[in-house]
Amino acid sequence: MSALEATGTPEFLTDDDVPDSRRGPAARRDFVAFGFWLFLLSDVVIFATLFAGYAVLSGQTAGGPAGVQLFDRGKVLLETACLLTSTLTCGLCALSCVQRSTAATYVWGAVTFLLGTSFIALELTEFARLIAQGAGPTRSAFLSAFFALVGTHGLHVTLGLGWLLVMMAQVATLGFRPMIIRRFLCFSLFWHTLDIVWIGVFTIVYLGAR
Amino acid sequence: MGTHKNAQDHEAGAEPAAHGSATRYLTGFGFAVLLTLASFWAAGTHIVWAPGLPVLLAALAIAQMGVHLVFFLNISSAPDQTNNFLALAFGIFVVGLVVFGSMIIMANLNANMMPVQQLLQMQR
Repeated sequence: MSALEATGTPEFLTDDDVPDSRRGPAARRDFVAFGFWLFLLSDVVIFATLFAGYAVLSGQTAGGPAGVQLFDRGKVLLETACLLTSTLTCGLCALSCVQRSTAATYVWGAVTFLLGTSFIALELTEFARLIAQGAGPTRSAFLSAFFALVGTHGLHVTLGLGWLLVMMAQVATLGFRPMIIRRFLCFSLFWHTLDIVWIGVFTIVYLGAR
Repeated sequence: MGTHKNAQDHEAGAEPAAHGSATRYLTGFGFAVLLTLASFWAAGTHIVWAPGLPVLLAALAIAQMGVHLVFFLNISSAPDQTNNFLALAFGIFVVGLVVFGSMIIMANLNANMMPVQQLLQMQR
C-alpha cells in the first residue's frame, strides 16, 4: 500500500521550500483524522445541547433533592482519576501501535479497558444509588437533564470500550497495517475527546452543584 | 492529528513524533492532574470568595480543556493544521452559541413570564 502511494507522489513534495498549500494531496492519515475530527466536533455539539439543557434546568428540582444533596465528590474524583489516567494509557497505547510494538499495545490497551470499565462501574453504582433514593430521571426536570447528560457521556464511554475491544481483536488478527493504525488513531481521538467532555461534566454538574 | 512534512508520511505511522511522544503525554497528564485537583480543592474550600468560585472553576476547566487539546489531541496553529484548527474554532463557536444562547433566552423568558398565581387567576 505504501509503495503504491509513494509512486503516486511527485518528487517536489519532499521539498521543504514548497508551501503546504502546494504540496498536493495530504497524507491519507491526515484526512482520515480530519474527517473523524469533524465527526467528533459534531458529537461535541450534541453534548453542548445537553449541557445547555442542564444549565437551564439545573434549578428546577420540583421540590425534590438538589444536586448538592445528591452528589458524592469523593466518588466523582475517583471517576475523574480513572478516566484521566485511561486517556494517558490510551495515548501510550496509540503510540505503541504507531511504533508497532505488540506487547506494549496489548498492555496499555488492557489498562485503558480496565480503567474505562471502572469508570462505568462507578457511574452505574452512582445511578443505582440515586434511583434507589427516589432521585431517578422522572423525579424532576433537574434529574432528567442530569441523567440525559451524564448518561449520554457514559454511553459514549461504553461504546468506546466496545471499540477498544474490536481494535485489539483487529490488531491480533490483521496486525499493524496502515489501515489498522489509522483506525487506532481515530479511537484515541475519540477517547481523548470524551475526557474533554468529562471536564465539562465534573465542573458544571458536580462541582457547580448547589 | 498528524503532520505531513515529507513523502514518507504517506506510509501511515512512519513518523511517531507526529502523533506526540510519551514525554508529551506525560507532561500533559501532569498539567491535567494539577488542574483537576485544583478544581476539586477550589470547590471544597472556603478560602475562595464564594461569588467568584464559578469563574475560577470555569477558568480551570477551560485551561484543562486547552491542555488536553494541545498535549493529547495535538491540535496546534501550525500551517499544516489549518483545517483541524478552523474546524475546532467553528465547533467552539457553535457550542458557545448553543449553550449561552439557550441560557440567555431561557433566563429572559423566565424573567418576562407572568407569575403562575396571576396566570391561574386570569384563567378563572
